[in-house]
Amino acid sequence: MMFNIVGKRLWFFLISGVLIVISVVALGVFGLEPGIDFASGSITTLNFEQEVSQGELEQELASLGYTSEVETNPHGDFVIRTVRLTTAEKAEFKQDLTEKFGAVNEKGFENVDPVIASETARVAAIAVAVAAVGVLLYVTWAFHRMPRPFHYGTCAIIALVHDLLVVLGVFSILGAILGWEINLMFITGVLAVIGYSVNNTVVVFDRIRENLRTGISANFEVVVNNSLVETLSRSLNTSLTTLVVVVALILFVGTSIQNFSVTLLVGIIAGTYSSLCIAPLLLVVWEKGGWGGLMPGRSPARS
Amino acid sequence: MARRRTWILLTIIVIFALALWVLLPIEGERFGRKGIQYGLDLQGGVRLVYQADLSQVAPGDVAEVMDGVIDVVANRINPLGVTEPNIEKRGRDQIVVELPKLSVTDAQKERIGRTALLEFRELKEVPVEGGEEGELEEQWVPATALLNGQERVLTSSYFRENTYVARDNMGGIELRFEWTEEGGKLSEQITERLIGKRMGIFEGDVPLLGDDGRPIAPTVQAVIKESGRITGLSFNEASELSKQLNAGRLPVPLESIGEINIDPTLGEDFVDLSVKAGVIAILLVMIFMIAYYRLSGFLASLALVFYVVLVLALFKLIPVTLTLAGIGGFVLSIGMAVDANVLIFERMKEEFRTGQTLGAAVEAGFNRAWTAIRDSNITTFIVCIILILVGNSIAFGGSVKGFGLTLLIGVVVSMLTAIVVTRTFLRLFVGTGLARRSSLFSPYSGRK
Repeated sequence: MMFNIVGKRLWFFLISGVLIVISVVALGVFGLEPGIDFASGSITTLNFEQEVSQGELEQELASLGYTSEVETNPHGDFVIRTVRLTTAEKAEFKQDLTEKFGAVNEKGFENVDPVIASETARVAAIAVAVAAVGVLLYVTWAFHRMPRPFHYGTCAIIALVHDLLVVLGVFSILGAILGWEINLMFITGVLAVIGYSVNNTVVVFDRIRENLRTGISANFEVVVNNSLVETLSRSLNTSLTTLVVVVALILFVGTSIQNFSVTLLVGIIAGTYSSLCIAPLLLVVWEKGGWGGLMPGRSPARS
Repeated sequence: MARRRTWILLTIIVIFALALWVLLPIEGERFGRKGIQYGLDLQGGVRLVYQADLSQVAPGDVAEVMDGVIDVVANRINPLGVTEPNIEKRGRDQIVVELPKLSVTDAQKERIGRTALLEFRELKEVPVEGGEEGELEEQWVPATALLNGQERVLTSSYFRENTYVARDNMGGIELRFEWTEEGGKLSEQITERLIGKRMGIFEGDVPLLGDDGRPIAPTVQAVIKESGRITGLSFNEASELSKQLNAGRLPVPLESIGEINIDPTLGEDFVDLSVKAGVIAILLVMIFMIAYYRLSGFLASLALVFYVVLVLALFKLIPVTLTLAGIGGFVLSIGMAVDANVLIFERMKEEFRTGQTLGAAVEAGFNRAWTAIRDSNITTFIVCIILILVGNSIAFGGSVKGFGLTLLIGVVVSMLTAIVVTRTFLRLFVGTGLARRSSLFSPYSGRK
């Protein structure tokens, strides 16, 4: 049996188009919730000796005039995000809470100044851009013996941007619903997704390169489709083993690295999809000369 | 050929045994490495980032003054009793202080970041605190003198120029200094009354220590008005002292611009949880590989065990400091490590389909999968290197760097294990009775 993936490209582009539109709209409407790594501020982890409910704490913080977000961690501590607190301000903050709720232990404190926050944001943005350009150059170089190597690089990058948009869209929605923040863990995950997404795409391109060389068909569409089908089980199996691991991280390790592991989960699914259904199909569209090639042509010859 | 194979197999076994020996026990010392290192986010501790205000320092002196400020900060940290403090310069004008496994009070933090100022002190008999009436003890107290009718302490802020290390006519090391006008007046009165006595150099209440761990306290040999020298120091002591005095000459205020303070209890179960996630992940990946690729999958699972042991041994040897994300990167690399195997087995499947024997399928599978393995892994390398660079260039990038490093090591080792270890194992079956049953080695059953 032979799947005809290339012939159904219109459907795949449609699915991706819808995903991208949803992501862009979510980003436009909700934006992203920057954590203190990028927006500066303080996170104080406190443990009260008395029983204190999250609601009571939030109410007290509000009445003290702090704009804060309160979460709990698995140890039963409160993780409180506020504006940046100096040492004196933190002492006052703890004093205020002690007066209301009794003895409190400080389990952790993070403080990021605007200087560091803006530097971190800048470096993160540069890193993502450099990674994308680096990958474009590498893929172009790796396929430099092919006609139009730049097409390969560009299609890999389009697939990559697709994956990143989906990841950003998901986090924008998670930010709006669950208050998830964009932090360094997220950026680490995003960079890993860049590597993973292109890694997958390159494996498919590698097979196209080989099949073009051995000349299995004069029809580029057929070559691409065969290459896709031949690499399909590899792509799915590798994604499966990686997803198993990521799901294990999400289930067992939990909140400490949830931004990282969920970024990977979404990125790997999107990356697998785009490396199979976007990058190679765009290559076909481009090869056939512009968007005229978008319409499904004759179905590729069966092999 | 068969002999060469045996040698490779032996080498693999020896490397595995060696890696196992390095790794176990996890906390044990091997080749001078004291067990696997955990980052601040896992073992708890403090990381402080200070911004130095260098507005009063000449551009040419910045590097030296920063070195001096770092020495001063290090000096303040010593009494806290941290086992492995790490103090380093970041960029041109920032200082990063890392104190693992330590909880620091706000007052201690304040002290670490105080503006450097060194005081000269003298020994005086003072009443013993809580002692009997008239009971005296010797204590270092600030050396003061009158300046325009006011009592002032002689400090490093009275140096006219930077102090420097030189050699006297006899080739001995000396530290030369010059006072400002006010400093000279103070110094004159103080040295006059202290001739033959010792003068200590203090930062707060902490004396500066020499190579032998005892306070540096030169004996005053003459009245010093404008300039003088300190002799009897080793070169190392003299240059350290010079840097510290210079750091205290001009005020270099330190502003805390970032801080992470993690209670040691917060990170401790993360390692256990990650180990649990890792073990479950490995088992699931193995089950999948064996179910899908059968005997080949079983061999790949053995190679995966080799992979995990080798990577962890490398983490210990290099050493790689494991962080939250670093452990995540390692667990992730387990999933990705089988990728090269999958690529190769899929190629072998195609070879079997064309009726190849096991030997031919193994060789062709490896050879033809190579370009895909190489090119796809290089893109991951590029990203890993960017991750490491990012981690190095931002203040709280330890975790990002840790991830990049663990993933990079993971990718390199996984290529090696797939290409060398799995192939060697597969070759063992070439020419045996089992080799004829291709369905053992591949999901292709031969019935098509």
